[in-house]
Amino acid sequence: MHIEVRDLVKTFGDVAAVNKASFQIQNGHLVGLLGPSGGGKTSILRMLAGLEQPTAGEIYFDGKLVNPIPVQDRGIGFVFQHYALFKHMTVFENVAYGLKVKKQKRQAINERVYELLQLIGLEGTENKYPHQLSGGQRQRVAFARALAPKPRLLLLDEPFAAIDAKVRKELRLWLRNLINQFGTTTIFVTHDQDEAMEVADDLIIVQKGRVEQQGAPWDIYNHPASAFVASFIGESNKLKAPVALQGFPELSAYRAGGEWQEGTQVFIRPEAIELRATHHPQTAEAGEPGKITHVHFRGDAWYVEVELAGGMTLFTYQPLHQEALQAGDSVSVFIQQLFVFAPSDIRILENRSRKGQRRLYVYPTTEKRSGSK
Amino acid sequence: MRSLFILLTVLLFVLILVLPFLGILAGAGAEGFAAIYEALMRPESLHALQVSFIIVLIVTLCNGVLGILFSLQMVRGPWLAGWLRPLLNAIVDLPFAVSPVIGGLMIILLFGPNTLLGAFFENVGFKIVFALPGMVMATIFVTFPLMIRELVPVLTELGQTAEEASATLGAGPIRTFFRVTWPSIRWAVYYGLALTAARAIGEFGAVLVVSGNIVKQTQTATTLVYQDSIDQNLVAANSVALLLGLISIVILLFLEWMKKRKEDQLHAH
Repeated sequence: MHIEVRDLVKTFGDVAAVNKASFQIQNGHLVGLLGPSGGGKTSILRMLAGLEQPTAGEIYFDGKLVNPIPVQDRGIGFVFQHYALFKHMTVFENVAYGLKVKKQKRQAINERVYELLQLIGLEGTENKYPHQLSGGQRQRVAFARALAPKPRLLLLDEPFAAIDAKVRKELRLWLRNLINQFGTTTIFVTHDQDEAMEVADDLIIVQKGRVEQQGAPWDIYNHPASAFVASFIGESNKLKAPVALQGFPELSAYRAGGEWQEGTQVFIRPEAIELRATHHPQTAEAGEPGKITHVHFRGDAWYVEVELAGGMTLFTYQPLHQEALQAGDSVSVFIQQLFVFAPSDIRILENRSRKGQRRLYVYPTTEKRSGSK
Repeated sequence: MRSLFILLTVLLFVLILVLPFLGILAGAGAEGFAAIYEALMRPESLHALQVSFIIVLIVTLCNGVLGILFSLQMVRGPWLAGWLRPLLNAIVDLPFAVSPVIGGLMIILLFGPNTLLGAFFENVGFKIVFALPGMVMATIFVTFPLMIRELVPVLTELGQTAEEASATLGAGPIRTFFRVTWPSIRWAVYYGLALTAARAIGEFGAVLVVSGNIVKQTQTATTLVYQDSIDQNLVAANSVALLLGLISIVILLFLEWMKKRKEDQLHAH
């Protein structure tokens, strides 16, 4: 189902939970609404479902205005954070509920319920009650219950938040496959970016009730449209004060004395930082001199903190197969790329001292990129 | 020291609970079982018990329906903004704080024969004061908070997500109430109904004021006990009191059993 949301507003008292959010979702897409807690994601989801009435703005399903349509007639499936299973009903009765509401024949109901139970791997539990199931099993029953009446839009509110870490990982891959199999347009809310990146075709980054950016995870990670997105998605070093970095002559344009210009923020992704021991023969390229201050084993990489000569500290990850660094080592710090967010423009600067790879992206400011049109 | 406290507790218990009940038992049985039977089979006794029964039935039904509707609004009513909810909350408890006699008096002041409303209803042939409607109203006034105080905490703890889930699955409000909400609040409702019935049977003050205590018309079991004791007809007074006491004990035991069911249901999540 094609979804369009136009200038959606929801206020609770004086607080605007959602403030002119607009976006479109293509039929069959699996979209993650991602943002910090309290950013308005759940309110948007609940308004799409009809569980909450918008203060202003319109919601269209397949071009049809659905604002006046009550929840029960919107043809959606909703999975709640804490499952919200009917605790006095068995697994079978839970899954069959939506079908019974639709007054389907008993035979058809039985077939559909057993088909779904098989799909979620819970055959044999049909006569159990929700309190006899584990958290992960309950959540799967909740999915089955929502999917049973074949909704055209599936809405998931933090579907994995109440499940422990290991099960969560399995469950989200399982869910992704399940949804791909059904081809149902799906929107899920999460504050966990790993989850969002792993599951979604498309991300909508929501903050303070607004859509900051919409796009594929790759685009959002590599071309963040705002300082917020750059700092929220993935990890970043924020350069608090300007320093002259070799290979980035453009940076001086954003300086105002010892500070950045008003409203300017500069970020470096940890993977854009290369560290080389100074005695290394390959240290031909220019880099900043620095000193390792902290090394920490993370399992799949070393977490390394390095202090530049100017006093600035950066963190990065050093692959295990590379030479192990130790605190106190002198290194050459080579920065490949950085993000600049200024009121006038947003730029991804590439290090100019590395010849042949010189690239420069310039694209318009937040307003034009973050919108849906 | 500890045994002293235990002794004090037992003494108090005997003094204010066991002795009076034994007193009633002895008073009723003073002239044998036949006298008890005879006292209960007097026409005025039968009539009074019947009036009490009718009042209890109507009040319990009214309180059941009103209490559920009121509690739902209390917990979920979106129109209850800010200060309105605490205010309503306080007003619900008013009958607990106000003497039942005052409750009865308020009904007389509102619907008495000399008032505008009372005269109006009397003209259309609907007598309120010194008749059953007034007694029912007085008893509803006294028992009103019981149901709501039972239901509100249960509804609050229950939350709304199961109902929302029901709505997203296509169910309308009526189906949602009966299939999803009702099974979860059922025992609390039964408990509230039993409490209401127990309280309604024993109601005296408000009913006495409103009913006028007219023999074989508006006399209830409790006002009959009062009448009999004034008339020095102690065996009769004690017999009716004994019956009322036994009914209360049965309801109490029933409540105990129900409380267990209610707790079991709450904890089976």
